[in-house]
Amino acid sequence: MEQLLANPYVPPLILTAVIILVFPLIAGYIVLAERKVLADLQVRLGPMRVGPYGVLQPLADALKLMLKEDVIPSQSDKWIFWLAPVLSTFTALSAFAVLPLSDRFFVADVNIGILFILAMSSIGALGLILGGWSANSKYSLMGSLRAAAQMVSYEVPLGFATVTAIMCAGTLSMQGVIASQLERGVWGAFDNYGLMLIPTVLFIIAGTAETNRAPFDLPEAESELVAGFHTEYSGFRWALFFLAEYAAIVVISSLCVTLFFGGWLRPFPNVAALEMPLNTAFPAALFALIALGCSKGVFRQALAGFRLVMAALTGLFLLVAAAFALPAANELMIGLFWFGFKLAVMVYMFIWYRGTFPRFRYDQLMDVGWKWLIPISMFGLILNGVVQLFARG
Amino acid sequence: MAETTLAPPEVQAETLLDSNELVLNMGPQHPSTHGVLRVILKLDGETVLGTDCVIGYLHRGVEKIAENRTFQQFAPYVDRMDYVAAVSNGLGYCMAVERLLDVEVPPRAQAVRVILTEINRIASHLLWLGTHALDIGAITPVFLCFREREEALKIFENYCGARLTTHAFRIGGLQYETYDTFEKECLDFCDLMEQKLKEYHDLLTGNRIWVRRTKGVGILNAADCKDYGVTGPLIRAAGVEWDLRKAQPYCGYENYDFDIPTAETGDTFDRYMVRMEEMVQSCRIIRQAVDALPEGPIKGKVGKVIKPPPGEAYVSIEAPKGELGYYIVSDGSLNPYRVRVRPPSFVNLGALDKMCRGSLVADVVAIIGTIDIVLGEVDR
Repeated sequence: MEQLLANPYVPPLILTAVIILVFPLIAGYIVLAERKVLADLQVRLGPMRVGPYGVLQPLADALKLMLKEDVIPSQSDKWIFWLAPVLSTFTALSAFAVLPLSDRFFVADVNIGILFILAMSSIGALGLILGGWSANSKYSLMGSLRAAAQMVSYEVPLGFATVTAIMCAGTLSMQGVIASQLERGVWGAFDNYGLMLIPTVLFIIAGTAETNRAPFDLPEAESELVAGFHTEYSGFRWALFFLAEYAAIVVISSLCVTLFFGGWLRPFPNVAALEMPLNTAFPAALFALIALGCSKGVFRQALAGFRLVMAALTGLFLLVAAAFALPAANELMIGLFWFGFKLAVMVYMFIWYRGTFPRFRYDQLMDVGWKWLIPISMFGLILNGVVQLFARG
Repeated sequence: MAETTLAPPEVQAETLLDSNELVLNMGPQHPSTHGVLRVILKLDGETVLGTDCVIGYLHRGVEKIAENRTFQQFAPYVDRMDYVAAVSNGLGYCMAVERLLDVEVPPRAQAVRVILTEINRIASHLLWLGTHALDIGAITPVFLCFREREEALKIFENYCGARLTTHAFRIGGLQYETYDTFEKECLDFCDLMEQKLKEYHDLLTGNRIWVRRTKGVGILNAADCKDYGVTGPLIRAAGVEWDLRKAQPYCGYENYDFDIPTAETGDTFDRYMVRMEEMVQSCRIIRQAVDALPEGPIKGKVGKVIKPPPGEAYVSIEAPKGELGYYIVSDGSLNPYRVRVRPPSFVNLGALDKMCRGSLVADVVAIIGTIDIVLGEVDR
């Protein structure tokens, strides 16, 4: 066992397998979170039927999608129709390879990690374009044309914002970026006397557009193009597109967290006095509170099975809370916790936008991209470069 | 646009990518054509070159049905035309028959009619606001609007037992006396609306994306409005102060103090602002009507059998969507000889092509939303 783990190829392979197996489940629960948060913003309850408070809804949805009939339109280009969702999902999931989930959990720490992520997300756009093209439907075609234009336009400001962050950190390695933030004692977003906030904001905006999320969800604009590029997709192929979308959200959010918000570092990583309250007390208290919330459900649910599920969840969260109180387990998990926590905040923001903003129009989207975001991102790059060259402490 | 015809599928597949023009069929199964409207779009890229509306998917022959029903029997049918503003439909029909019969409606009945019609106007505008915002991609307002609309529907339910197709009025007046807490509930509803309208303004009016999506979109100026016979909020947004409640007052609207909200350019944003302001004005009318609700009988001198003398009558009222007219011909029998409805949705929809040309696909759904059509009324 020891020997096996010492082999440099084994731990990454195990982690890869875990990511591929577990991520669909995580994506399912992000969807549930999205539905619940949106419901909260929209004075309703969201899923409540499958399991207590709808907690088993993602499993039911996945099962339903897998059992659906696999329809390929007769007029479509079948090979490309088959390839498109595979391509989207493959590229979105392969970007996970370089995500620094914590100081010890990552598949690979390559010296061009950030370039790899950007490349993968660019190729992911191809999946959307091919999917819309091959279906031979007008709505799909228009959706994919929009996707092509949008992704090309918004990759530019995204790239400039990323370059600014790379310049600030001085490395292209994801772990290296985090190490540099630890060394400088400040999050990327607030470096260079706060001037790094410009690329941070631009990255979040362009990242929202890059992942086709509201208010930039034009390629699938429901009220105009029915479902845009995936109008003709159904069943599991559609689920793959869905998976790819949520994988892209996680990847872009992770990139943002890594570049600008310190990755798996706790807030104020250099202030030793905060070590105990932030690294032990906060996660333990957080999970204990969640457990407390779940424990209420044990008594409120009417069905015995539902009570059991709530009891299991209470136990699980209590266990996690207890684990954070143990120094050995804490050390293992704390990086993962902070990464996940920051990621959750980012994902919440994505959902929040969707609940708040109307959709941009095609020409306005191009307007914002080319006339505002690109010039501002170039300006931010130059400004940060100059400050870094002459005035960096 | 008579020349727009759909090519057979094999020709379409061939020309889909080769030609500059793309014919896109929107509806009748489409998320934002508000029911079963079918619009054939001729596109150059995303730019709309022309539109062609295909209607009739919800045609039920309401006008023909009238000829085989007695005057009372037909009254519930009119609720099924503009089913989100059923009270206004009923009011127009009852007033037309009352004119044929030449009966006077007692003041209390008139005041209650005004209150219910204005509450219905708010309910109709709320539904418009929610779906219009949904078309433009804002998914939250629709739930907020339905929350408030629920309060309006509760008043209808308490008054006459039905929520949507209410059949609230009878020829000659009212069937039911108001219930105990009617006045209080109406005033509470006004308070609620005035408070919640601020919430909608916070969510949408100041939102830059919303403003960019609506300003300058689907402009219909005053001259075009008159040419197309467009009425209601559309013509008021173009700067014409035309509201039948002021122009030819009925039902005692002359006793109430309210303004006609107007705007200047006649674009989607102006129509949005006009409708939002109309809800405020409706609240004003409801308050005045409730405060001055007279006592007295609720039904005029109408017999059990309604048999108007031979003749004809045309009555038009200001429905939430525009001028709603009923033209009824009586031959002296129990059934109307002919009923013709002038529905605002149908006439306003005629201007769709004019408003859409040169805009983008995304604007088409915004424009369909801003015209505020109900297909039950368009097709009848």
